[in-house]
Parts: sequence; C-alpha cells; structure tokens
Amino acid sequence: MSNNLLEIKDLSVNIDEKQILSHVNLNIGEGEVHVLMGPNGAGKSTLGFSIMGNPQYNIENGSIIFDGNDITNESVDKKSKAGIFLSFQNPIEVPGISLGNFIRNALEQRTGKKIRLWDFKKKMKEALKVLNMDPEYADRDLNVGFSGGEKKKAEILQLLMLKPKLAILDETDSGLDVDAVRTVSIGIEEYLKNEKGSLLIITHSTRILEALKVDKVHILVNGSIKYTGDESLIADINENGFEKYIQ
Amino acid sequence: MSKEKTYVDDVDRSLYDFRNEDKDAYKLQKGLTPEIVEQISKEKNDPQWMQLFRLQSLQIFNQMEMPDWGPSIEGLDMDNIVTYVRPKDNHMSATWEEVPEEIKDTFERLGIPQAERESLAGVGAQYDSELVYHNVRKEVADMGVVYTDLESALHGEHADMIRKHFMKLITPRDHKFAALHGAVWSGGSFVYVPPGVSVEIPLQSYFRLNAPGAGQFEHTLIIVDEGADLHFIEGCSAPKYNIANLHAGAVELFVGKNAKLRYSTIENWSKNMYNLNTKRALVSEGGKIEWISGSFGSHVSYLYPESRLAGADAVSEFTGVTFAGKGQNLDTGCKAFLAAPRTSAFINTRSISKDGGISTFRSSVVATKDAKESKAAASCESLMIDDISQSDTIPAMDIRTADIDVGHEAKIGRISDDAVFYLMSRGLSEEDAKALIVSGFADNVSKELPLEYAVEMNNLIRLEMKGSIG
Repeated sequence: MSNNLLEIKDLSVNIDEKQILSHVNLNIGEGEVHVLMGPNGAGKSTLGFSIMGNPQYNIENGSIIFDGNDITNESVDKKSKAGIFLSFQNPIEVPGISLGNFIRNALEQRTGKKIRLWDFKKKMKEALKVLNMDPEYADRDLNVGFSGGEKKKAEILQLLMLKPKLAILDETDSGLDVDAVRTVSIGIEEYLKNEKGSLLIITHSTRILEALKVDKVHILVNGSIKYTGDESLIADINENGFEKYIQ
Repeated sequence: MSKEKTYVDDVDRSLYDFRNEDKDAYKLQKGLTPEIVEQISKEKNDPQWMQLFRLQSLQIFNQMEMPDWGPSIEGLDMDNIVTYVRPKDNHMSATWEEVPEEIKDTFERLGIPQAERESLAGVGAQYDSELVYHNVRKEVADMGVVYTDLESALHGEHADMIRKHFMKLITPRDHKFAALHGAVWSGGSFVYVPPGVSVEIPLQSYFRLNAPGAGQFEHTLIIVDEGADLHFIEGCSAPKYNIANLHAGAVELFVGKNAKLRYSTIENWSKNMYNLNTKRALVSEGGKIEWISGSFGSHVSYLYPESRLAGADAVSEFTGVTFAGKGQNLDTGCKAFLAAPRTSAFINTRSISKDGGISTFRSSVVATKDAKESKAAASCESLMIDDISQSDTIPAMDIRTADIDVGHEAKIGRISDDAVFYLMSRGLSEEDAKALIVSGFADNVSKELPLEYAVEMNNLIRLEMKGSIG
C-alpha cells in the first residue's frame, strides 16, 4: 500500500444552501489513478471544485487532508502551490494574457523564483510538442477563441508545465474527437511517467482510460460514493449503465 | 519631517508666495492680476505678441464660468490661483522630505533607482534626464527635426511658425482653464518634423517636463509636416508630485497631409491633483492621428483629446484606459470631429474602477454634412472591481449626413469570480489573479506602448490593485 496523498473524510458540501455532496470518503495514494463516474448531476464536478476550494462551494462538514496537511479551508492558491491541479471542464477565457505568460507567471508564483525566458520557452516547446499543439498557442490569449478541444489541450499543457502531485481531470475528454482524446491521453501518460503523480479522473466515457492503468473506480450517485471497485467496473458500467447503483 | 501632504490645504502657502518687494501687494489682491501675468511674461522674455496674448487670455479667464457639468472641482482654491501659477518658486521650495510617503513607496515598488526618484518627483535636479534629452535632440536634429522647449523656440528660427500655430487649435475661449493656460503657460515642448521625415525613435517629453518650472501649465506644440511620421510620448508611470495641485496643460498637434503622428501618454499625477488638461489634433488630408492614453493619477481629471479631421481620408484612432481608485473621479474620453469626405474615427477605451473610484467615459462624435462616406466606431468597456465603485459611459453623436457609418458599443461588467478562481487554481494569489485580469483588460493600451512603458503600466496596475482584497 502506498501512502495516502489525498484523504477526504466525511465531506458534505452545499451551494446556495442546496446539498450537493453528503458524507463522501475517498483516499488516493501516491501515484494512483482513480476514476470517478456517475450519472449527470451526481456531484462529480462539485467534488473537484471542493477539493480545489472554489469559494462558491460551501464545505459544511468533513475534512480534506493533502500530503498530511489539513487543507479543508486553505485558499485556492495555497492548495495549488501544495500540489493540487484541477483541469476545468469549461476553462475560462481571460483576454489580454497570453497562455505562455500565464504559465510562466504561475510557475514563478509557485516556486517564488524568476524563470529565465529561454529555459521557459524550451520547456514550453517540448510540452506543446507532446500535445501536438502549434507553438503559436503560447502567444494567444488564454483560452480566448480556443475551440473545445484546444481548451482541453491547453489544460493538459498547464498540467505538464506545472507538475502537480495530484491532478483532477474534470471531463477532460468530453466533446473531443477521437484524435484529440488520443493526444490528451498521451499528455496524461507523459505526466504520470515524468511526475509519478496521482490522478482523479472524472469522466463519462472510457476512451481516455484505455491507455491508463486504473487503480480504483468510484461510483458517485446523488452526492455519495455508492460503490468502489477496480478497473473491471468500467466495462460493467459501459454495458449496464448506472441503474443498479441508483436506488 | 515626512508628514503626508496630500491636499493643498496642508501646505503652508506663505512659503510659496512671491519673494520680492511687491509681495504684500500681491497678497492683497486675491486671484490673478495683469501685473502677475506681465511679470511672468517678463521673466520668460516673451515676445510682445505673447505678452498681449497672455493678457487677453487673462481677461477671458476672469470672464468665464467654472465648468459645472463634470466632477466637482470645488476643492480647487481659485482664490489662491497665484500659487498655482508660480511653479518655479514651488519647485524650488519643494524638498524630497515633502514628497508624500505613498509616492516614495511607489518609486520603491516600481524599482526606480534612488538617483532618478528625486527628479521624477519634480524636486531635484535631473542631470541624467537632461543628458538623455540632449542626446536624443542631437540624433533627431541630424534628420532636420526640431525638438526643443517652447520658450526658446519662441526666439529661434521657428518663431513665426509658433506664432502661426500657438493656441490656434485650442483657443482661450474654449473653456476657463484653456484661458488660464493661455495666460500663464510655462514650459513644454516644441517639435517640428519636416516633410517626408520619418522619426524612428519615439520622442519622450518627460525629460522636458522635469525641467524646472515646467509641468503645471506646459504647452506642447507638435507640427508633423507632409508625409512625415512621429511617435511622441508624454509622461511616465512614476507619480509626479507637485505642491500646487492644478495641472492645466495644452497639447496642440498639427498633422500634415499624409503625415502620421502617434501621441502616447501615461498620466499618473499625484492623487491630490486636479488634472484639467486639453489636447487637440488637426489632421489634414490623408493624415492620421493615433492617441494612446492611460490615465491613472490625479484626484479629478477632465481629459478628452479631440481629433479634427479636416482633410479627406483623415483618420483618428483613440485607444485609452482609465483607472480610478479610491478618492478618484476621472472623467475622460475623446472627441472626434469629422468634417471631410471618407474620414474615419475609431475609439476603443477601457475603464476600471475600484475602492469607490468613479470612472466616467464621455465620447463625442460630430460629423458635418461634408463627412460623406465616413466611418465612426466607438467601443468602450468598463470593469468594476467591487460593489462600491462606479463606472458610467456617456456617448454623444451629432451626425449631419446620411452617408456615413456610425456605431457605438458599450459593455460594463464586474470582475469575474470564475476567472479569479481559475487563475488562483494555478497558484496565483487573489491579488495577483485580479491584477492579471485587470492588466489583460487594459491590454488595448499596453500592447500599443513601447515595451518599457508597457511594463511600467502593468507594474502600476499591480500596484493599484494592491490591497484591493476586501
């Protein structure tokens, strides 16, 4: 057994007084790949946002331990600096900031050190290549005018550059064509290979999982984890859906 | 020693009054008198016509009413106007110790070396900048370009040219502070670019503005002759501290046939300043004026650069950003006057308000019946950082021809919580995330500035955003 990187204990979350998650428990070990599945509206994205600390989500009960520290009420940037990364389902467009400058800025904030432009550009170039992205993306405004697929690739680009310990991928594969899913998967494999990081993959489909060795699969229904199993669960859900878990 | 002197009331006025035998006489007469204006004129060794012009302007000044349609300027003590028009004395009386702490902090944070701070603050000698100025002057002089201060130009070989253009575009009758400017103007730049000459390096006025006695009522006169091309930069992001808190400068730009002038400004007057500045350009056939304008400083600003498109195919582009923080009421905008066929005016502005700051954008587009096949498009966006700040857009259009394409677009929004969360999720603090969003919002201006100015502007935004987390 590896050590737990993330421990979620009895977590209940509401948004605008509406209960979304109730009494969720989830442990993710170092280097493990977990998959979170569940019907629409089950609270999967809420779990991702709550771990990351979106202030719109109100944690009413429970705790989140990361790397041995209680980060339940920690600010978003501190969680990020501690090593948590969230790939957004709908990445936000921010005009006037180039993708490249933003990543460099974020890296400097995380390390507290200036990064030489030349070193940075070299690393960016490598990461862009892994994701089959045109180098000119680095100069484009952050997500502005990006297609759905380009936005998701840009998220994985940030994952590769920022090198977190835990990456939560919120439907990174949704809305992508076959080739784009493949490219994104290569990026994720690269992250696992280089960083030996942990993954929590929120997904509806299995395509993105094909090339990955999945350790655990969790089924989230109505804000609670109803079942946890191994990789075989994915095939079962593909065939039979979530019906037997919804009661 | 370094008690903060933010408001003019804090300053002991008696220090800055005239130091001559007539002192008491001046003190008895409240306000500006012909005698004072004559004395200014004498000190400056004005030609006869200029002295007359000053006196006529003074008359107009005394007749005209204070503007009552914009932000309040009641804090401006017009009875004490004499102290405003004696910047030379003020300059010499100011010491580094009197510069408010917040401005010293700003220098610190902007990373401006100690040696430059005193000169930027307007209190010290500026050997470095004078030197740079002279070097630039030599470089452009080799191309036939004249770049000098207006006072000496009045006596030089371009005296007639100045007489022909000086305050012809902005006349003393335009408004009370234009009249005041006509009476007491002092310092400023004169630039003449001969036909066909393209000046590669931007000319920067702040070297001149730092000269003793300049900065309060400076007059900038630029003539770009046929087919010539110039980029002129005014100001810098370091706040300029002045004991007298009124700035009423004038900028007159003459853009010749097929000539091009870009006029860039980053204004960051200290936060006690009433900035009542007037800027105007006259553009001939096929010529182009580009205004790049950043307004950050001052307590109250009235600033609406105007383009008069007098020749066919003349173009005006205005790109501006205004940032109003705590205690600031910045009323900015631009005017375009289309008076010839196929002229075009484009306006693109962003305004930011925070901590109760008020930012008002006014635009005025006037097209005469001669402006056939012309185009005018205005787009202004406002960003409010919090609930207590205010942002208004007041567009006005007066169109006298049907054969024209006009458009206006305005957007007002709050800073997006989702965007802040997104940026923070990558490790940026809330403050940095907001500063980055605001810098990005203002990039219409920063991307048009030379790199060092763009960097300074972004540093300034970062600085203004500090402590904005409520």
